[in-house]
Amino acid sequence: MRTPSGNKVYGMGAEYPSAAALYEAAKRVRDAGFKRWDVHSPFPIHGMDEAMGLGKSWLSAFVLGGGITGLLTATILEFGPSWFIYPLVVHGKPFNWATVPAFFPIMFELTVLFAAFSAFFAMLLMNGLPRWYHPIFNWQRFSRATNDGFFLVIEARDPRFTELETRELLEQSGGRHVTIIHED
Amino acid sequence: MDSASTIPDVIEGESFASAEKTLARVPLVLNKRNFSWITERIAGVIEASAPRWWWVAFAITSMVAMFGLFCLGYQISTGVGTWGLNHPVGWAWDITNFVFWIGIGHAGTLISAILFLLRQKWRTSINRAAEAMTLFAVICAAIFPGVHVGRVWMAWYLAPLPNNYGIWPNFRSPLLWDVFAVSTYFSVSVLFWYTGLVPDLATLRDRATTKIKKFLYGIFALGWRGSNRNWRHYEMAYLLLAGLSTPLVLSVHSVVSFDFATSIIPTWHTTIFPPYFVAGAIFGGFAMVLTLLIPARAIYKLQDIITPQHIDKMAKIILLTGSIVGYAYTMEFFVAWYSGNQYEKFAFYNRIFGPYWWYWWVGMLFCNTLSPQLFWFKRFRQNIYVVYFVCMCVNAGMWFERFIIIVGGLHRDFLPSSWGMFYPTWVDIWTFIGTFGIFTSLFLLFIRYLPMIAMSEVKIVLPEANPHHASPGGHHPVAAGGRERP
Repeated sequence: MRTPSGNKVYGMGAEYPSAAALYEAAKRVRDAGFKRWDVHSPFPIHGMDEAMGLGKSWLSAFVLGGGITGLLTATILEFGPSWFIYPLVVHGKPFNWATVPAFFPIMFELTVLFAAFSAFFAMLLMNGLPRWYHPIFNWQRFSRATNDGFFLVIEARDPRFTELETRELLEQSGGRHVTIIHED
Repeated sequence: MDSASTIPDVIEGESFASAEKTLARVPLVLNKRNFSWITERIAGVIEASAPRWWWVAFAITSMVAMFGLFCLGYQISTGVGTWGLNHPVGWAWDITNFVFWIGIGHAGTLISAILFLLRQKWRTSINRAAEAMTLFAVICAAIFPGVHVGRVWMAWYLAPLPNNYGIWPNFRSPLLWDVFAVSTYFSVSVLFWYTGLVPDLATLRDRATTKIKKFLYGIFALGWRGSNRNWRHYEMAYLLLAGLSTPLVLSVHSVVSFDFATSIIPTWHTTIFPPYFVAGAIFGGFAMVLTLLIPARAIYKLQDIITPQHIDKMAKIILLTGSIVGYAYTMEFFVAWYSGNQYEKFAFYNRIFGPYWWYWWVGMLFCNTLSPQLFWFKRFRQNIYVVYFVCMCVNAGMWFERFIIIVGGLHRDFLPSSWGMFYPTWVDIWTFIGTFGIFTSLFLLFIRYLPMIAMSEVKIVLPEANPHHASPGGHHPVAAGGRERP
């Protein structure tokens, strides 16, 4: 879709006066059957995932995987040298199976370390970040999204997107400054 | 577009509003400040030019830091003999400072992780600065074990790297656990802190007036757009990082205490060390958080965000952890007597009446055990000068405590012929003072260039952030029909 001036259209955005208004509007857009849309707010709004019809974030799966990797790494790292490559006898203390609990602290630490890195990088991966350019930044008003603005943007790629009906939906749900956002 | 689906929520919103009234509490942000006030006030600190006091303070602290680095360089190039360590005291200021600094870090992680899991919303005003404090304290802490080994260039032996000597670290040693615990703690704290910073960096990017600021804040904001599809994963990541940091913070000081507890030195060889050290770490850390935030909130006029309620709650945590520490001190004496072990009994007698007697009387008894008991009284918790005095006592007292535990245990051990005293050299003293310079310089840089309060998190605790919040007129801003009410 292009504007009369020839710009490619990314989508249509509207600003809402409050978190509550944005929450209500999100439910209406969800019920209208849109799929490619998003809301933007300076902080996470409680209950917005349900209002948008999004389920639980499965980022936790990455973290579980990371934690298991960390535990296995520590196990190999400790048993490899201390058991096979370089068995170390210190002060004549035993180094048999009864000493295995002495390996637990490092197993714990590496489990946490790998899980935490997985949480961070999975967050970036699942959010498609870092992404320094985005068409939405073309919208002048949007800079308030990190301050006190509440925005709802429906993408032109959405099969239900039509200029008139989308505009009507956004306006009826209480949106202000309804604007076409250019792709470039 | 079935508007019927919104109707039940309006009713729910009204019942929520009435419930809000009956359960009225002191608001976390005072004077009914709105979202944009929070942004202006916190980002304004960074956007205004640096006040003169900042330059004066930074000049002093960075000079102290430089002298501390000089002392480290002198110690590394000359040898560990420049410190006062000698038989029988092989660990003194170095390890005392290490435990002192790493303990301070614990308050930041407790605030950011444990209070998050416990849904203590008041944490949002203080978590950013406390986490920054954690990172800087861990940096200061890491210097000492790194340098006290003597030949710093061999420090890579701590890492389990295959090498041509075929030498591996001893994975059963608490000292190696410490390496893993502290480095994991630092890495996870950095990730947690940075994850929290991303939305606020985006705020600074969107407000930046110069190109260079926009570029730099923009790079680190990663292109954050406040999108709810992003917030969904972000919140899950934040929750899991909090969940991971919670056992981590408890493990770090436990592992530090194992360095002592697994030895056979009287007063070190005890099973109560892990909880005793963790409580002491949180105790000392909260005192440092208050030490930093009480002046910061006054200078930058943040009293509406860091309210008397916040100080009151932190004072209560100091009271709780201070009492746990006091109990642990008492229990050590009881166990020394009850054990019937002459070395243990002597070591504790020596703690009170030996040559280091006043460290115990002033540091452990007065500063750590008695002074926080003032916080039983609301009047004292709400008097900023009393709070500051107690925090200063705790800051000093916790250093004394570690010194007594470490040096007190070593200087008179099993054989009276090998008894001795520890005398710090100027290098010992200035290396320690130098770490204060490093710590305060880093903190000053932090409040200058990064938001010292988590804007996106403080906004959540405002009543308007609630999606069921009724507008001040008592109505929903949007009626069920979708039209805006006049």
